[in-house]
Amino acid sequence: MRRSDAHPARAAWLIVAGLVAFMLVLAGCGGSSDNGGGGEEEALQKLGKGEGEVSLISWAGYVESEWTKPFEAKTGCKVNDKVAGTSDEMVKLMSTGQYDGVSASGNASARLYAAGYVAPVNVDLVPNYKTVFSDLKDQPYNTFEGVPYGIPHGRGANLLMWNSKEVKPAPDSWEVTFNPQLSSRYKGKISQYDDPMSIAEAAVYLKFHEPSLGIENPYELTEEQFNAAVQLLEEQQANVGEYWGEAAKQISGFANGDNVVGTTWQYQYFALKEEGVPVAASPASQGFLPKEGATGWSDTWMISSKAKHPNCMYQWMNWIIEPKVNAEVAEYFGEAPAQEKACKETKNPNFCSEYHAENPAFWKRVYYWETPLADCGNGEEDCMDYNDWVKAWTSIKG
Amino acid sequence: MASEAALERRSAGHRLADLFHGRRRLQVGALLAGPLGWLVIGYIGSLAVLLITAFWSVDPLSGLVVKNLTFENIETLWSESVYREIVWRTVRTALLVTLTDAAIAFPIAFYMAKVASRRGKAVLVIGILLPLWSSYLVKVYAWRTLLSADGVLHWALNPIGLDTPGYGITAVWLVMSYLWLPYMILPIYAGLERIPDSLISASEDLGASPFTTFRRVILPLAFPAVVAGSIFTFSLTLGDYITPRLVSNDQFIGNVIFNNIANNQPLAAALALVPIVVMIAYLLVARRLGAFEHV
Amino acid sequence: MRLSRNARALLRIAVAVGLAFIYVPLVAIVLYAFNASRILAWPPPGWTLHWFSSAFDNAAARDAFLTSVKAGLAATAIALVLGSLASLAVARHRFFGRETISFLVLLPIALPGIVTGVAISNTFTQVLGLPLSLLTVIVGHATFCIVVVYNNAVARLRRLSSSFEEASADLGAHTWQTFRYVTLPGMRSALIAGGLLAFALSFDEIIVTNFTIGAGEETLPIWIFSNLFRPHELPTVNAVAVIVILISIIPVYLAHRLGGEAAAGRSGGGGVETEAAAVP
Repeated sequence: MRRSDAHPARAAWLIVAGLVAFMLVLAGCGGSSDNGGGGEEEALQKLGKGEGEVSLISWAGYVESEWTKPFEAKTGCKVNDKVAGTSDEMVKLMSTGQYDGVSASGNASARLYAAGYVAPVNVDLVPNYKTVFSDLKDQPYNTFEGVPYGIPHGRGANLLMWNSKEVKPAPDSWEVTFNPQLSSRYKGKISQYDDPMSIAEAAVYLKFHEPSLGIENPYELTEEQFNAAVQLLEEQQANVGEYWGEAAKQISGFANGDNVVGTTWQYQYFALKEEGVPVAASPASQGFLPKEGATGWSDTWMISSKAKHPNCMYQWMNWIIEPKVNAEVAEYFGEAPAQEKACKETKNPNFCSEYHAENPAFWKRVYYWETPLADCGNGEEDCMDYNDWVKAWTSIKG
Repeated sequence: MASEAALERRSAGHRLADLFHGRRRLQVGALLAGPLGWLVIGYIGSLAVLLITAFWSVDPLSGLVVKNLTFENIETLWSESVYREIVWRTVRTALLVTLTDAAIAFPIAFYMAKVASRRGKAVLVIGILLPLWSSYLVKVYAWRTLLSADGVLHWALNPIGLDTPGYGITAVWLVMSYLWLPYMILPIYAGLERIPDSLISASEDLGASPFTTFRRVILPLAFPAVVAGSIFTFSLTLGDYITPRLVSNDQFIGNVIFNNIANNQPLAAALALVPIVVMIAYLLVARRLGAFEHV
Repeated sequence: MRLSRNARALLRIAVAVGLAFIYVPLVAIVLYAFNASRILAWPPPGWTLHWFSSAFDNAAARDAFLTSVKAGLAATAIALVLGSLASLAVARHRFFGRETISFLVLLPIALPGIVTGVAISNTFTQVLGLPLSLLTVIVGHATFCIVVVYNNAVARLRRLSSSFEEASADLGAHTWQTFRYVTLPGMRSALIAGGLLAFALSFDEIIVTNFTIGAGEETLPIWIFSNLFRPHELPTVNAVAVIVILISIIPVYLAHRLGGEAAAGRSGGGGVETEAAAVP
């Protein structure tokens, strides 16, 4: 090999290595520091003309053609929707700055605010907001530093669902999935949500069954309370058939008979009933809740701080709590509407009373998803934060 | 005269070509500028920027990366046993899938290369390639239904006293062996095709039994091709997270990365270092075994 | 090769079992596409063609299909250019770091898709400040498609003696002319086979695409993935998959004809290496 042949690419390699090093330095100095802190963003002051489209991130069943088609016809804003399975996915998607808005649960909203991914909402630009249920306004999961950051979508409790042919007698308690004496009967057929929020479910169970632990808020857990919840879930793991991260996975699991009992959302419950699968859930007479209560969610539409189509987004936020639309939305999914006036528009005239939409006292037994923080809220700072929850969940699943 | 006029009228392209003529440095540089720029600056650079976050930490509430140098992520992965178990489970499955695929692929590839008629060969090649076009997700979901407690496998195996393995690590092994099988068959087929029939005839003429010929002539010559195929079965298993999520509760490396990428990117990046290191080592070994000639 | 009758029979059985393993799930997909129930339960309660008509009517599916085709063509084009360039450098010259190129080209496909996807996505959104779009998807796909073209091209170039190119130069052709009239025709079938398989790779890719796609677009795998969340649409997804398999017979057959047959005449079955080499 002649020497002159050895040289040609060497210089090129050196230049290239230098460029890579340069990129690293660039990443080190610049990069993501322009997103720090929340509350620097300005809310929209005036509503302008629609931009022609709006890109949303949502839970399954929240953005359906039944109400997007009329919206598109009325406003000219074409709706692009990406369905996410967990709040983590939603936060990740919002971080890219590619979406205009998200239907955020409490375990995402605080994080979105802290990271600066969302902007405050000027509620004067959302006329339908005036008639939203008052116990959904100014809540810690949608209002930060006194400023509203979103428009409520609706709320509901996570359900305990079971196959009525296989699970007898009808359970009225989460013991059927958490108490080994009962759950071992359904070993390998229990279905549990694949997300760290399941730790809160265990905490709700322990709040009822082991009051000596002193659990008040299932999202603010001291190390002792946290470890107890984690241990409960580790014991449960032996009996779990499937951890579901997508609704369809759970639906096919119940339909195939692989799962017979577990936590679910109304979306799956109604989909299975429609297909004739013999599923049942805690009845309306019990408030759809097992005796311990349940975790749940109160979801908020938030607008991205980098929204490219803010006017369409505001129009969407107003549309989703339009009385007729919110009624449709609530009945489709099976949750309590956010809009007071929606209760007159539901197909089922008793819908709102069945779902306790107008009953704030009921919701005290439903623990909306929240972001676990080190700040326990009572002056203590030693509660487990979200990273601890995620790490624990990884360990629980093994 | 005419040729001189022709010389003066040389196009810019012609003159550029003259510039390159004989200058190997320039030729190589021009050829490599595009691909290397793309791969090294674009791809490796992007990787480096991601992986460097493994040495930073994160604000627990916002999930934003905090740029102070720390080894806590590496420490977490090292000290907490669940991560070691997950890595070992992933690597173990990748090895099993590779061995399984090699075992299933070899007879098929051998038949295609040495036994099948010309038309049979064509049919088989198309038959092996066709499944690659059916969507990965659809295939995995189809397997979900096959494996379910009341599914096809149960219905077929129950009469003979066996049953479906259901969901779990066995299911992951089965599905992945299924998914990557074509990636193993084709390199082995190519490798076997390259073995001249004259070598085999010579071995037989020298008195070797078919089995000995296979063992001492064919197998060693085909081995690098098998290693080439194994690169794909191993790496694809190592990095996948969708299949484990859909047919099991088991966490693979990809699942943990996926679960952490939003709220704790440094930890995810640290974990991502593991399959990268493993694959680089694997590729170095494969290269030594001559697989790169057969990939 | 002479095989005993028993050995031949055993081989046939092994092949049959292998092929059954490959095709049983595909048959299941086809059956479910005709399934009368929305949920993937076994045994299917009835048969219907409804899902196929639903698939054809589904505008989102059609758009996603077209987007996938667009992205595939663009990614393949880039991969063809970059892969050929790299292969020419490696097969026709010697230089420092030559062996590393094969290694480098293999990395995007050997490393986990999630790592590649997140890395590219982060670079675009955070370092470059550019939005995610079909362009970023194409960049991601092209990156791991390069190896498919490169391997084919290198394999072919190694078997094509460089003496032809030298002769061409001796006869007065300059660099482009040699490339256009001598090298390229020799590489053509390898490039076509590599390109077709690069297209197949890009067409079915989900993981990298998931991280690099923008808000308003969908490739076919993304559409399929998002419809896994909508159980009402699940059988339509199966129908779409069946349609894609049927359509794909064409390019697969083409790949075989152009890649395999063309070179098969030259040296005993060596042409087959073009498909196999291209596969990853």
